[in-house]
Amino acid sequence: MSPTSAIAIKGGHLIDPGTGIDAPKDILLKDGRVAEVAAPGKLKQAAGAQILDAKGLVVAPGLIDIHVHLREPGQGYKETIATGTAAAAAGGFTAVAAMPNTIPVNDSPEITRWMQSPERGASVRVFPIGAATRGSKGETLNDFAALKAAGCVAVTDDGHPILKDSVMRDTLAAASRVGLSVIQHAEDTRMTVGASMNVGPVAFRLGLRGMPVEAESGLVERDIRLVQDLRSDKVHLHVAHTSTSKAIEAVRQARRNGLRVTCEVAPHHFLLTDEHVGHYDTHCKMNPPLRSAADRDAMLEAIMDGVVDAIATDHAPHASHEKEVEFERAPNGITGLETALGLCLAWLHREAKMPLGRVLSLLSAQPAAVLGLRGRGTLAVGSFADVIVFDPNVEWVYRAAEGKSKSRNTPFDGWTMLGKVRWTVSEGRVVYGN
Amino acid sequence: MTAVRRKSNTPPVSASPFPYNPGSLLSVNDLSLDELNHILERATALEKQDPLTRDRILIKRRVALLFYEASTRTRTSFELAAKALGADTALVSNLSSSIEKGESLKDTGLNLRALGAEAIILRHSLSGGAWLLEESTRLPVLNAGDGMHEHPTQALLDLRTILAHLVPNSGKSVGKKVGPIAGPETLAGVTVTITGDILHSRVARSNMLLLPRLGAQVLLCGPKELLPEIAVAETPGVRIERDFEAALSRSRVAMMLRIQAERLAGLQLDLDEYKAGYQLTGERLARLAPKAVVMHPGPIIRGLEITGGVADGPQSAILEQVTHGLAIRMAVIERALGAGRTEKRV
Ligand SMILES: [Zn+2]
Repeated sequence: MSPTSAIAIKGGHLIDPGTGIDAPKDILLKDGRVAEVAAPGKLKQAAGAQILDAKGLVVAPGLIDIHVHLREPGQGYKETIATGTAAAAAGGFTAVAAMPNTIPVNDSPEITRWMQSPERGASVRVFPIGAATRGSKGETLNDFAALKAAGCVAVTDDGHPILKDSVMRDTLAAASRVGLSVIQHAEDTRMTVGASMNVGPVAFRLGLRGMPVEAESGLVERDIRLVQDLRSDKVHLHVAHTSTSKAIEAVRQARRNGLRVTCEVAPHHFLLTDEHVGHYDTHCKMNPPLRSAADRDAMLEAIMDGVVDAIATDHAPHASHEKEVEFERAPNGITGLETALGLCLAWLHREAKMPLGRVLSLLSAQPAAVLGLRGRGTLAVGSFADVIVFDPNVEWVYRAAEGKSKSRNTPFDGWTMLGKVRWTVSEGRVVYGN
Repeated sequence: MTAVRRKSNTPPVSASPFPYNPGSLLSVNDLSLDELNHILERATALEKQDPLTRDRILIKRRVALLFYEASTRTRTSFELAAKALGADTALVSNLSSSIEKGESLKDTGLNLRALGAEAIILRHSLSGGAWLLEESTRLPVLNAGDGMHEHPTQALLDLRTILAHLVPNSGKSVGKKVGPIAGPETLAGVTVTITGDILHSRVARSNMLLLPRLGAQVLLCGPKELLPEIAVAETPGVRIERDFEAALSRSRVAMMLRIQAERLAGLQLDLDEYKAGYQLTGERLARLAPKAVVMHPGPIIRGLEITGGVADGPQSAILEQVTHGLAIRMAVIERALGAGRTEKRV
């Protein structure tokens, strides 16, 4: 379908956290943009448009995942930009921000452009995130202005935390000068040598070395001190995949002090604990690791309280042969794009009673705001025509083998999800229909 | 910090699917008390049986020994046990080519199965290896030690040694009834102290799980670096006593562990300080625990955690442990291959 053809989504209940609309509305998409939002049956320019019947369904801004690993270039056997974005579309995401830990590392405008090229066959918008330092080695800063000009929306050395104070300070300052956010994977790797799960009784019982919570919170606290020292409201630190109560408290305090510090939490960190590792289930191995029940509860609480700015999946596909090994040898990470909405609706909305609009905001308007993605995460007229239509009441069982991702490394295989995506529209094109 | 915690439902942890094969012995927790008694009974029966009939029990059955870590005692013990029952054994060690070439544990296991192995005895340097192998092959897997995690046959032989010394009449007929060898009260009132490098010890972990189920009080002793507080966070019947002499004075069994230099991972330890605090010497033993049974899973480092005099002394059961090991391993190999079931007590 060509992006110029118009689509009218009629009869649905529109929830747009960006504009505060929560009412029955029809919406018209034209030329890749939202052209009109009107009371049911009142669209004026819908003549000739393809009609999507959304009766009984929710119409909302397309979801935005600001932390995914698409594995291209270099590791197409795990995932490609085409398969990863197909998984995104199936999960209701219309934009994803791709981490730079590819092979080679995305530390250049060339790779950034290559990732966005039409030949990649992306179903939804891919926003590359550039490496903060050359090769993500934590030493020499990249040219942030050039990365931004090529399309990067933030910089990070995700997976390779920037430990040196001076390098992190320079990164924050240089990124702020060109208006980019700095995303930190907060882990003091000097405290996690040889560790493969959270420190605590479970790790002791399993005979595995544990990562202390201070390895995360200590680096968050250090980064916040650096932001404070720079004394500029243009400096923006975003804490990736926050997993500990201590780190959340540091972010909460930094915000009270007026600093621009944001954070995201992944579904597995507000749902699962280190007990879920069971007998060395490598689908429960990720970094940061699943934490104690107290930390898991704190993540849920922080989401409810509003300290958490976004839910991001840290979608990290790995081939099955890579996960079918000894726990300590298995790579970190799980897939997440196809389960995020179903888990958030089941556990945040239904169980924790979070209003639907807030859940959707954490998955769209707020992540868009974190990375400054203009015209995304809202259905205001003139915005990008990124829309999902879903049934909020349908329960279904997720089967990883039937997913769109190339990989199946998920602890949520066989879980009951709430809310089924009917259509995903990315920039005016229906990229997923069910 | 917000004072009030929200009460939300959270996803439950699903039940463990392990062991997939009823013949497996991955953890001491896999054994019910009934199964434990059966193993202890069979150990005794097999030990007493005429070698010429015993070696018909598993005649021509195939048992693979897969060893990713150097081990003399455990490997030889398993191998002799399997052979005593008549089984054919094949040893694959990490020095053999396919493992060296980077074949995965799963693939090595599948190949052994294709070669006709009916059970695999696995010693692995990483925790959880036995679980991975069992899930991959669905064969009976006997965990002969996985990383820092468990060593169930060691705990069983330790139990048999303790019973032989402290409860010599368990399992013998009382009047007309034959009582169980091991019940929840069998070791009531018995304090077992495990001293040394608990953090890196699979022997300690298996014993901590097994002995309290029979009523024993287990004391763990060692410096913080080798014995973190979380060690006893979820183990009823197990406590920490950092004062070695205080622990020793209450012990009927003193189990000493070696310091696993290969797993210290950069940890600095002052060995003179360690010896001053935790070495089992003849003087300490005579003064504080003159009746205690001294045990050690080996290999012992004479002059470090235990003096040579104590290791060779009259209270030492260290070599008896080795003998008990052979009997226990015959019983678990027989169980793995489903033999000997007809003799199960009703
Ligand atoms: Zn990360």
